[in-house]
Amino acid sequence: MVSPAMQQKGQVQSPHRVRLLLNPDVLAPIGVGLLMLVAWELAVRLTHTPPYLLPGPILILTTLFQEWPTLLPSWFITMKIAFTALFAATTSGLLVAILFAQSKWIERSFFPYAVLLQTTPIVAIAPLIIIWMGSNTFAALVICAWIVAFFPIVSNTVLGLNSTDPSLVNLFKLNNASRWQTLRYLRLPSSLPYFLAGLRISGGLALIGAVVAEFVAGTGGAQSGLAYQILMAGYNLQIPRMFAALLLITCSGIAVFALLTALSNYLLKNWHASAVRQEN
Amino acid sequence: MIGVNTTHETAMESPPILTLEQVSKTYANGTVALQDFNLEVQPGTITSLVGPSGCGKSTVLRIVAALGDMTSGHMTWADDDPRAAKRSQRNPHKLAYVFQEAALMPWATVIDNVRLPLKLARVPKRQALEAVSEAISQVGLQGFERCYPRELSGGMQMRVSIARALVTQPQILLMDEPFGALDEMTRGKLNQELLALQDQRQLTILFVTHSVYEAVYLAHKVVVMASKPGRVITEIPIDAPHPREPGYRTSPQFNRYCRDVSHCLSRAMGNALAIAL
Repeated sequence: MVSPAMQQKGQVQSPHRVRLLLNPDVLAPIGVGLLMLVAWELAVRLTHTPPYLLPGPILILTTLFQEWPTLLPSWFITMKIAFTALFAATTSGLLVAILFAQSKWIERSFFPYAVLLQTTPIVAIAPLIIIWMGSNTFAALVICAWIVAFFPIVSNTVLGLNSTDPSLVNLFKLNNASRWQTLRYLRLPSSLPYFLAGLRISGGLALIGAVVAEFVAGTGGAQSGLAYQILMAGYNLQIPRMFAALLLITCSGIAVFALLTALSNYLLKNWHASAVRQEN
Repeated sequence: MIGVNTTHETAMESPPILTLEQVSKTYANGTVALQDFNLEVQPGTITSLVGPSGCGKSTVLRIVAALGDMTSGHMTWADDDPRAAKRSQRNPHKLAYVFQEAALMPWATVIDNVRLPLKLARVPKRQALEAVSEAISQVGLQGFERCYPRELSGGMQMRVSIARALVTQPQILLMDEPFGALDEMTRGKLNQELLALQDQRQLTILFVTHSVYEAVYLAHKVVVMASKPGRVITEIPIDAPHPREPGYRTSPQFNRYCRDVSHCLSRAMGNALAIAL
């Protein structure tokens, strides 16, 4: 009953993709988006709004292509900050969560300080961090983005590590499982869906953190990311360029989220309800 | 109660593998879960514990498995080895536990789930896989080795759970209402298969259930329990050849045993509700 269904999966794939594009879940938001863009373009043209107040979508897109040579290096820098921060947040978050899960006392004592990290407004402490890090602006920006991205991973993973099936915990005890075995074969796999949910949140937050920190760092940095481009475009009243940079950031955020969702679905495809494709 | 006290010692001749004497368990809040509980488990037999919710049947299993401790009393194993106790091994008696729910790892295939106890014991992979495929074929799951638990029905998941318990060649198998969540048809089928397995491997099973019919059908000996406080009312040996045929379920003798057990339960509870058990 199960194996023929699995064999079919390969054959069904290509028509499945086509059907996916014609799916109302995909068509409806695309339709709404196109309508909004058309309305925006029309409104700008009919009211003769000058581009330095509000550029239309077509102008923004052409600006994006024209300014590509200067925007691309900036985009690269921002993404480098965001991904370095996300990587740091993932590793440190995972390690801290495992540490917290080792004893209720460690969690009790240190968890409030992890919350503190989350509730501190990054805009307020970014200047301090930039000053402390001195000439190393890149490190300062990574630290700011890391602070923002760290907490969702810690809190989700701690929740996951503590959400193991009690019967399985007993089974491991009965089989004299060591602490390490219980962590490796039971608690870590159980926490995977929670960790991945945290990772998806942190992916977007790392990007926002990077941009916010860049804004605070201002135009002084030697390496200039997309936020620098937005600031400069604002000063020079190059509003279409500003929107183009903004569009890049937004699209990158969506891409990061889609990437992490795909990763999550891939890792959980065989067992977790969130990723299992219903075969009706 | 006719015939209940005419104990047939045929299956009870060999010395018990496990003896519980005057075992009591009181929780910190004062609830008496178990009071003066006595039990002898003979090797190669099925002993079922039957009783209403809260009569301490599961507590008995937890104490036997050393997952919970007793407040007072003695537990003696036939193979008790003081050196093993000194080494403070948690599970020196090779017992396996089957829980109410299948308790499988959803991220692991059938093969990996069954292999778990051997993996934890660091048995070399090749050797482990032999034992695993034997256990899988014993519960009739050949062809499903690479499936994930969510692809299996409730009954099949329970088979995986039983295979996982058998893979360590346990000396005693503890089963805590393992078929309680299954439909009647599946439950009957698994009862039948459990009897066949028990006969084939001469397993020693301590089986907790709240179904009088299941208790009588499976067991060499039914221990009837009551709640508040959890205690033994009586022990009823079921004198019918093993493994039992499905036809035994409709025999007059089977019905008489079920009625006896129900009577004991309802009298102990002081109301007629227990008959509905």
